[in-house]
Amino acid sequence: MSAVNAIARALPIPAGAGLARTLIERNARAFRHGWITLVSGIFEPIFYLFSLGVGLGALIGDVDTGGGRMVEYAAYVAPAMMAAAAMNGAVFDSTFNLFFKLKYAKLYDSVLATPLGPRDVAVGEIGWALLRGLLYSTTFLIVAAAAGVVHSWWALLALPAASLIGLAFAAVGMSVTTYLRSWQDFDYIQLALLPMFLFSATFYPLSTYDESIRWIVQATPLYHGVAMIRDLMLGDVAWGILAHVAYLAVMGLVGVLFAARRIERLLLR
Amino acid sequence: MATTTLAQPREGRMAGRAFAYWLANYRRVWRGSIISGFLGPLFFLLAMGFGLGTLVDGGGLGAPGYVEFIAPGILAAQAMQTAVGESTFPVMGALKWQRQYHAMLAAPLGIADLVLGHVAFVAMRIAITSVAFALVAVALGAITSWWVVGAVFAAILTGLAFTTPVFAFAARQDNDSGFNVLFRFIIMPMFLFSGTFFPVEQLPAGLEAVAMATPLWHGVELCRSLVMGTATVAGSLGHVAYLLLWVVGGLWLALASFRKRLVT
Amino acid sequence: MISAHRLTKRFGEFAAVDAIDVEVRRGEAFGFLGPNGAGKSSTMRMIGCVSPPTDGSLRILGRDPATDGPAIRARLGVVPQRDTLDEELTVRENILVYGRYFGLSRAHVRAKADELLEFAQLTERANSVVEPLSGGMKRRLTIARSLVNDPELLLLDEPTTGLDPQARHVLWDRLFRLKRSGVTLVLTTHYMDEAEQLCDRLVVMDGGRIVAEGSPRELIALHSTREVLELRFAADDHAPYATKLTDLAERVEVLPDRLLLYTDDGDATAAAVQARGLEPLSVLARRSTLEDVFLHLTGRTLVD
Repeated sequence: MSAVNAIARALPIPAGAGLARTLIERNARAFRHGWITLVSGIFEPIFYLFSLGVGLGALIGDVDTGGGRMVEYAAYVAPAMMAAAAMNGAVFDSTFNLFFKLKYAKLYDSVLATPLGPRDVAVGEIGWALLRGLLYSTTFLIVAAAAGVVHSWWALLALPAASLIGLAFAAVGMSVTTYLRSWQDFDYIQLALLPMFLFSATFYPLSTYDESIRWIVQATPLYHGVAMIRDLMLGDVAWGILAHVAYLAVMGLVGVLFAARRIERLLLR
Repeated sequence: MATTTLAQPREGRMAGRAFAYWLANYRRVWRGSIISGFLGPLFFLLAMGFGLGTLVDGGGLGAPGYVEFIAPGILAAQAMQTAVGESTFPVMGALKWQRQYHAMLAAPLGIADLVLGHVAFVAMRIAITSVAFALVAVALGAITSWWVVGAVFAAILTGLAFTTPVFAFAARQDNDSGFNVLFRFIIMPMFLFSGTFFPVEQLPAGLEAVAMATPLWHGVELCRSLVMGTATVAGSLGHVAYLLLWVVGGLWLALASFRKRLVT
Repeated sequence: MISAHRLTKRFGEFAAVDAIDVEVRRGEAFGFLGPNGAGKSSTMRMIGCVSPPTDGSLRILGRDPATDGPAIRARLGVVPQRDTLDEELTVRENILVYGRYFGLSRAHVRAKADELLEFAQLTERANSVVEPLSGGMKRRLTIARSLVNDPELLLLDEPTTGLDPQARHVLWDRLFRLKRSGVTLVLTTHYMDEAEQLCDRLVVMDGGRIVAEGSPRELIALHSTREVLELRFAADDHAPYATKLTDLAERVEVLPDRLLLYTDDGDATAAAVQARGLEPLSVLARRSTLEDVFLHLTGRTLVD
């Protein structure tokens, strides 16, 4: 957990005490009581993989990955499910769960009475979301490899890549959550997530779209996440992958700083 | 001295009052439900039907194209999801958090009124989202048959086949963690494997039998065969009867569960 | 321990705390008294380093909360007005996890948790979840939790509001013990008996300002008389009686159902009343309390 602390210290304001790990510890303890929720999250991407990839995939021929290379549909869709699961998990943790802790459980009111500061809260919660995401992506990768849809050892890098997607979305999700007023507002988060999940070249190639709307798809963060993990799992690695990494890293960094500021404004009044 | 007794209808006859409450409540929050109840299925239709559909070889589907195959499937699946969404957290909330049921029982309403009134409201919600989706599917050319009207009724019946059992389930939960299990291990797999996205014949034989036992498969089959014009009287009646069995069985369980929870 | 000079907290135009001066010394029990909305909780939040002052200076344990917040909070214990227990954890875990927030070692907090559970009489409920606990138990757990870092200064915001009399007495007993062991207590309350029981010194706040300060005894001596005579007459309106009795007491207050005569000798005044041929239904001479001071200073009108 010292990496988490290093991140916590490296960031400029707002204040923290470098104790973010203790908040992660708290979440781990809380989840021992609700482990079924934790475990159930593993299955969603796996169900999607077998439904669309294998079930529907039988009716679909090979798919062009973009560079003219053809792969079977399950291998095409599996990386997308891994990326989308990283997004969904991170967003769920940083919006729904965070909102509950912020507004109802008043968890941070007691946390901030200790040496922990708003930066620790932001780093701790995002760190927890990443650890949880790592559990999901690791399980998924093992299942995908067993199903024979992983084509390269580069796929091991899909694990940190999924964490990067998680970081980017958790940070932005956390920032958004600080503006939410009621549970009804969560419908708007769904409104942003679902189209991204469905339209970001997740289930079919970008070339399906008309030239004029491709750039919209390419502007979304999930597109970059899916493209990055697909390159890794299929072993099509080129320097271009760094563009995806850069996009998500900037999103994550800006998001963390902004989220910590927002939490400070919200709690330290 | 003469005592006056207010003539009260028998229990179950005042469900309209409970329905009216939920309707009034809905007026305050309907905006959000449009997103989850209507735009969601529309996005699925666009992405799967028109996007992914370009890759699908329609030969094994028994439909002109993948869009035509998937549209009635999503109609039924959406009814299920609306039904489950409306029968989980709102029911637990009315039992435990906002305690509207307790307030209703303090008024002269009985258990049957509570349950029937709330179920009627959920049916209305399913009807709204189903009609809206059907209109869009027709406008986009994904459904072309006039039998779409029948398919909407089939979708409402499908939704009700989930509503009443989930009411019973929700009334037996102490907290919402059971819902997680319900969503992730029952509803989600049904959504993905019960014929909405691909014919269940693609599944291994054992799983195919499981899929065919789910109410969603019967709902999907009923909706699809109606709009494709492949429905037979016997087959349709079979699906309807099976779905009704779930509605009635679920209602019986729901009444028992509510009574156990609220009348002590 | 705490030194505030012209300390101010404004929310927009509204001054919740308006230029107050406060000194709290090591080892004493210091109280903030006042009606709802007087600015007590805002003051406590500033002292707890979770609310930056708008104006004035504030030093806690010799440090500046603006720059040394975490270091100060490491030495504070905070009992907020509303219990903010972690409902996803058990009783014992609440203390363990909270101790970890202070960077204390696992072994240390484990030992400390046992000791605090004992202190809060919660040992038997250690592995229970928090939700089903009674209000008094939750309050004791909140206090136990706030002691996990052996604080030098304990901040208690309305520690016994909403508790039944038994639970309040148990809590008072625990707070006495803490005070005896050298912990400095700062508390807010609107219960006068609590203030008289616990506080060595206190300030009365109203409308964001300090309207009086001193020990309970001093405040009574300064703002009230030694005794109060309560008279009830067989009449709907007590005001006419008041005019006949003004010269018998330092101050006469008219309430809907009785008259209060502030005097140094209740019995003598009662005799004087009867000497004037007035026959009250009931006569009660009692000692002046902090409540009399409080109501005199902050008025009887309902504030919220």
